[in-house]
Amino acid sequence: MSNRLTGSPAHRLRLERVPSPSRGATALVTVLSFALALLAGGIVLALAGENPIAVYLAMVKGAFGDRNGVAEVLVKTTPLLLTGLGVAVAFRMQLWNIGAEGQLYWGAIFATGVGLFVLPAAPGWVLVPAMIAAGLLGGGLWGLIPGALRAWFGASEIITSLMLNYVAILFSEYLVHGPWRDPGAFGFPGTPPLPAAGWLPNLGTTRIHLGLLFGLIAALLLWIMLRRTRWGYEIGVMGENPRAALYAGMPTKRTILLVMALSGALAGLAGMSEVAGIGHQLQRNLSPGYGYAAIIVAWLGRLHPFGAVLVAFLLAALTVGGDQLQMNLGLPAAIAPMLQGAILFFLLGGEVLTRYRLTRVIG
Amino acid sequence: MSDFLTPTFVISVLAAAVAAGTAILFACLGELITERAGVLNLGIEGIMLMGALAGAGGCIWSGSAWVGAGAALLAGAAMAAIHALLCVGLRANQVVSGLALTIFGTGLSAFLGRDIVGMPPPSSFRRIDIPFLAEIPILGRILFQQSALVYVSIALVVFLWWYIFRTRAGLRLRAIGERPEAADAMGVDVARLRALYVVMGGALAGLGGAALSLGTNPGWTEGMTAGRGWIAVALVIFAAWNPARAAAGAYLFGGVEAGQFRLQTAGVDLSPFFLSMLPYLFTILVLVLSTREATRRALGAPAALGRAYMREDRG
Repeated sequence: MSNRLTGSPAHRLRLERVPSPSRGATALVTVLSFALALLAGGIVLALAGENPIAVYLAMVKGAFGDRNGVAEVLVKTTPLLLTGLGVAVAFRMQLWNIGAEGQLYWGAIFATGVGLFVLPAAPGWVLVPAMIAAGLLGGGLWGLIPGALRAWFGASEIITSLMLNYVAILFSEYLVHGPWRDPGAFGFPGTPPLPAAGWLPNLGTTRIHLGLLFGLIAALLLWIMLRRTRWGYEIGVMGENPRAALYAGMPTKRTILLVMALSGALAGLAGMSEVAGIGHQLQRNLSPGYGYAAIIVAWLGRLHPFGAVLVAFLLAALTVGGDQLQMNLGLPAAIAPMLQGAILFFLLGGEVLTRYRLTRVIG
Repeated sequence: MSDFLTPTFVISVLAAAVAAGTAILFACLGELITERAGVLNLGIEGIMLMGALAGAGGCIWSGSAWVGAGAALLAGAAMAAIHALLCVGLRANQVVSGLALTIFGTGLSAFLGRDIVGMPPPSSFRRIDIPFLAEIPILGRILFQQSALVYVSIALVVFLWWYIFRTRAGLRLRAIGERPEAADAMGVDVARLRALYVVMGGALAGLGGAALSLGTNPGWTEGMTAGRGWIAVALVIFAAWNPARAAAGAYLFGGVEAGQFRLQTAGVDLSPFFLSMLPYLFTILVLVLSTREATRRALGAPAALGRAYMREDRG
């Protein structure tokens, strides 16, 4: 083994692969990565002259201190969950779709277009399903572009899907500043409000809306699909062992297209539910980066639909806490993405402990 | 539109292309040596942002643009060290680690830079005409009436080309990216060298950030790289992992960026939102074409790119 002839023949540590990580170890690493990221974030905060404990307490209070805070967490869970599910299904196939942000915008654009121009006078039971379909379609088509470029030209979907985010956001800015702009509106540019029939119903007097249910239903359907259908099985095989999939005659190209379309459609539904459930119009800065946080939702949730539900909720709490910091302490909300990135680092580092174990060898 | 496509206009666009392309060029060279060593780093965008912040911050703190550039190198190296630790040391998933680095760098730079947003740096890299060379017709105006950072980047292209293809150290660099097992058997410490190149690549990407915040777009603003780090990653494929081609690609993008502003001021009747889309659409086009060319001419990526090297698994 050792081809290093120099050096003392002392005990050396080495990593040895563990056949399959236990569930307990996986859960422990996930919890630990959260804790360590908060610790590391605390150090950064302290170095920047803030009191980390006060900052974290303010974040917890902002997210869970009262009814509005909790409601806001659930409001933010909705887009994080839907985009996270979309990203997770693509990642399962080793398709690195990081274009959820742009796919979300196209879902919002299509849904808004249907509400404002195609069926403006339709009753709710027609308009809402039509807007859902439009949102799925808008996001799905936008996701199909990097899928097609990958399937037919071999172009990296990482780059193309990301580049398309910028294009989608710029196009939506063009719409709200230009042809779709509400001429009677003051302040932030946006489209005229959607007809009230297209608004998603809220839970009581809170801002929580039907979109949350879309997310939960989507998680359940996805779980069934991945676990119980032949298609779900094929996605897993193509992700883990593309060669075996090829030899087994699985339709790789078609599956790339379908998975990217499904991934984009879920993000598109997030965009639809943001315009129909929250803003009731297409506006600038529709998403504060849900499509990027979705990557964390997917990976931290172990690409499992129910894992995504849990992580989306946690990240939503982090986001709401971060927003509260901005409002109450004047600190930038960027603390939230900073912590999200750190969580992912620690998770990636910690995963090694579930996949390998340290052994001592005499070398 | 009358002064369009006159020689003066074209030369000024080309000169602006070189200036604007320099930030992308540094980042692209950084990613290039990283990938040559067999590691994919998708955190370039986040590293560039931290470099841009450190550049502006270092310059505001010290008053010197060179100190800012040094700070950017260090910030980039520190960011990339996280990636090296996770991907080389702990064999984590390189794609996800890189994405985490970009998310982290975007958030951290926005947080740390909150007090200097929009503050003009006291100094920046200004134009220095190189004696004699600047007098060369056309070429002198394009290449030798630029800032010091541009000259550094051009020297770096030449140096890296020589280093990668003409030196023993360069041979080892290529070996750990192509056949780490063989390099290991030759006695090369694969993990240590890979980590070293990841960190140096990060330093260059950091300097690329400073080429923005102390060069073409002076000062710090949140998210100011606007996807240039991603464009740099895409350009490495276009460059077929060759520094000289990387320069050509970076200037092409600098040209798109510069041309876009010129078109706007020339009163072209196209919404600025569509003009702003051009670099991103162009990246996709370039990526598709260069992937096809790479497949056809077998200009492949380093064979072990993206794969952790596990000595234990070696037969």
